[in-house]
Amino acid sequence: MGTTFNLNGKSVNFDGDPETPILWVLRDHLDVMSPKFGCGAALCGACTVHLEGNAIRSCSTPVSAAAGKNVTTLEGLAPKMGKALNEAWVEFDVPQCGYCQTGQMMSAADLLTTNKHPSSGDIKNALSGNICRCGTYARIEKAVKRAADKLA
Amino acid sequence: MKTNSIKSPSRRQFIQQSAATTGAFVLGMYLPLTSDAVTNSASPTVVNAWVQITPDNQITLICARSEMGQDVYTSMPALLAEELNIPLSMVKVQIAGVAPIYINALLGGQITGGSSSVREAFDKLRIAGAATRSVLVQAAANRWSVPITDCKAMNGKVSHAGGKSATYGELAAEAAKLPLPEKPALKSPANFMVIGKESMRRLDTPAKVSGTAVFGIDVKIPGMAIASLAQCPVIGGAPRSVDSADAMKVSGVIKVVQISDGVAVLAKNFYAARKGRDALKVTWNEGAGASISNAGMRKQLESGLTKPGAVIQAKGDATAALGNGKQLSAQYFMPYLAHSTMEPVNCSAVVADGKCRIIGPIQFQQGAQAVAAVATGLKPEDVTVETTFLGGGFGRKLELDFIRQAAEIAKASGMPVKMLWTKEDDITHDFYRPMSVHQMDASLSSEGKISALKTKMVSQSVTARAFPAFVKDGNDPFMVEGSANLTYEIPNLEVRNVIEDSGIRVGYWRSVSNTLNAFAVESFMDEAAKAAGKDPVAFRLSALSKEPRAAAVLKMAVQKSGYQAGSKRFGVAQMECYGTYSACVVELDPYAASTMVKKITFVSDCGIAIHPDQARAQLTGGILYGLGAALYDEITIEQGRVQQSNFNNYPSIRMNQAPIVEVHLVASQEKPGGLGEVGVPLVAPALVNAIAAATGKRIRELPIKV
Repeated sequence: MGTTFNLNGKSVNFDGDPETPILWVLRDHLDVMSPKFGCGAALCGACTVHLEGNAIRSCSTPVSAAAGKNVTTLEGLAPKMGKALNEAWVEFDVPQCGYCQTGQMMSAADLLTTNKHPSSGDIKNALSGNICRCGTYARIEKAVKRAADKLA
Repeated sequence: MKTNSIKSPSRRQFIQQSAATTGAFVLGMYLPLTSDAVTNSASPTVVNAWVQITPDNQITLICARSEMGQDVYTSMPALLAEELNIPLSMVKVQIAGVAPIYINALLGGQITGGSSSVREAFDKLRIAGAATRSVLVQAAANRWSVPITDCKAMNGKVSHAGGKSATYGELAAEAAKLPLPEKPALKSPANFMVIGKESMRRLDTPAKVSGTAVFGIDVKIPGMAIASLAQCPVIGGAPRSVDSADAMKVSGVIKVVQISDGVAVLAKNFYAARKGRDALKVTWNEGAGASISNAGMRKQLESGLTKPGAVIQAKGDATAALGNGKQLSAQYFMPYLAHSTMEPVNCSAVVADGKCRIIGPIQFQQGAQAVAAVATGLKPEDVTVETTFLGGGFGRKLELDFIRQAAEIAKASGMPVKMLWTKEDDITHDFYRPMSVHQMDASLSSEGKISALKTKMVSQSVTARAFPAFVKDGNDPFMVEGSANLTYEIPNLEVRNVIEDSGIRVGYWRSVSNTLNAFAVESFMDEAAKAAGKDPVAFRLSALSKEPRAAAVLKMAVQKSGYQAGSKRFGVAQMECYGTYSACVVELDPYAASTMVKKITFVSDCGIAIHPDQARAQLTGGILYGLGAALYDEITIEQGRVQQSNFNNYPSIRMNQAPIVEVHLVASQEKPGGLGEVGVPLVAPALVNAIAAATGKRIRELPIKV
């Protein structure tokens, strides 16, 4: 019994309540700590992961929705994408407290998968669901553009 | 407690405490903050409380301040590395445990706050680094029987003119036995190799962009339960009766325990804990707070204006002078605000075998130790405190409520526990920035200058709650930030504060009273400029002739922003805050709604900037934090219940709402000023000043409602 899904390419199982949000399955049972808990209501984006390649808010998505599907966290991004984002974020020293950044990067990865050369407006729209209380937005925007260049 | 001056830490004290700090003591008290922080298994030699070196020369520097984004994880080690003559690329960083040597002399405790970390550490850590370098060199000279003057320490190695060399690691054990010099010579800023370099990088970035940085919420302890705490909807209330039968039926729930101010549900995961908590049936003793409402509190503060209060500053005869010339009066109002960190309040605790271990996002380590000791009935020395990265602090994690709660839950349950609040818990159970009312009265001379100014602020005192011993004769030293340190030359001045306890739990919010007083002062300066028929910049500059640093940043902000006298798009503000002089110019978008900000130009003279790139980042972040609050945020209370709960009704500025922010630093050789909070206070007055210029409408209350 339980819920089986693929996490970063590996089959995993959760035998608790299928209504449990993906976030808590990842954090409290599978020791995947990069998705963060911010608002619990899909308002801040700190918990962003990919379900079947699309950015979702894992705090508000039950694990039952992932049954038989692919869940990707920052740790499991395609190597080229992960490296481009990581290097770009390092280049601009983006984080301050850093808490929201993994979610920002997952939203950026989703954007760059569908939009290879996003404009400033595209980036602002795509990442407007990810709050940063430290106000690192301008550096995030620069880093997304640099990551796009690296992927081109 | 004066926040604007630097007290030199006592060298003797540093040395005595270093000598008293044994290796075992320090080693037991730090926490690797990333999963790869400690790559070397060789045990380090503890040279002193700040420096540990392994025999193979891995140098670990201790950071005794909490990293919440403001870059202490890099700036504190940079001060040590500078005098150790090593690049930051050679060092690893550990966050300190709790010990007297790590006390912040500007605040009197092991506290991260008040934009004081670099100000307090600038001399202290350079002295520590230089003293450590000195004993390393001495150890080499002793080993080689050569004069110390022929030996030089650089890049982790001591070399002798004759060709011998040894790494710091090879010398550490001998160096640790030598007495530290009392007055080590410090490098001249001209010789800095670390401090002030644009190439400096944050040491925590790699961990934070790979997801391996350990925040409070990421703490894992074997056998740990996750706890969600039901708290009384009225702050200060306590459980009267608890029926936990339904909660215990929830899958994954392990235990329910009652503590002094709540009922905790412990479970295998947070979702189960939360679901169990929702199934609790708790009745509450709501306490005195249940009668509090916003309207009543505002009325109370406004009536406080009739009280004399405490005179904070007096010059000339403001009362007599106010009768002469053109009169001007205005009243300003600031709302309650929540901190709203990204990482909700949380703390982990283990209480076992007569010891208590506290791990979490903590800004006040000694306070944490003390409350955990009381909560567990243990002695403070039996409580260890490990500080993780903080997912935002802003003053919230200076408080100790959540540490006490975690300790109480761990004790009551007998389990290692991580207590995690929801965002709603956080917004409804914060220590709020106080509501404040400001009465400003001035008279203008025939030349159009302010000849007399009286200010009166009425507000609740945070310090009266948190550190009551510091409030003397009705004067809370933190309530006068931004009003006792006016840069303007005003011949007749009277600054008064009235403390009115409205019964709400208040706390220090990023930039504390600077943000309250600067709004009143800098809004009123604009109103006075208008009444005098002067340009707001020229009006300010005419009163800044004795404050060249303030005048310089204002002039530079004008130049960088393209400010035009008479234009209706611009608003300005300037102040001194935590030793840093800043000016802000807000430019509105002429084609959009009146509050649409096109660009913010901010200029600071923060003295020597340790890490210029992150200095600009801090100021930028502070500006957006202040802007979001000015535009959107207000905490209101009805029948003791906070009406806001999450980002939907207590919004944060988002990426698509953030204007262009341009920050410039003035090159300066002055002592470092604060940075973490300095960006916050000026944006709101500069914005309302711009709106007044654009529309003629003067906004005297926040948040801005147009």
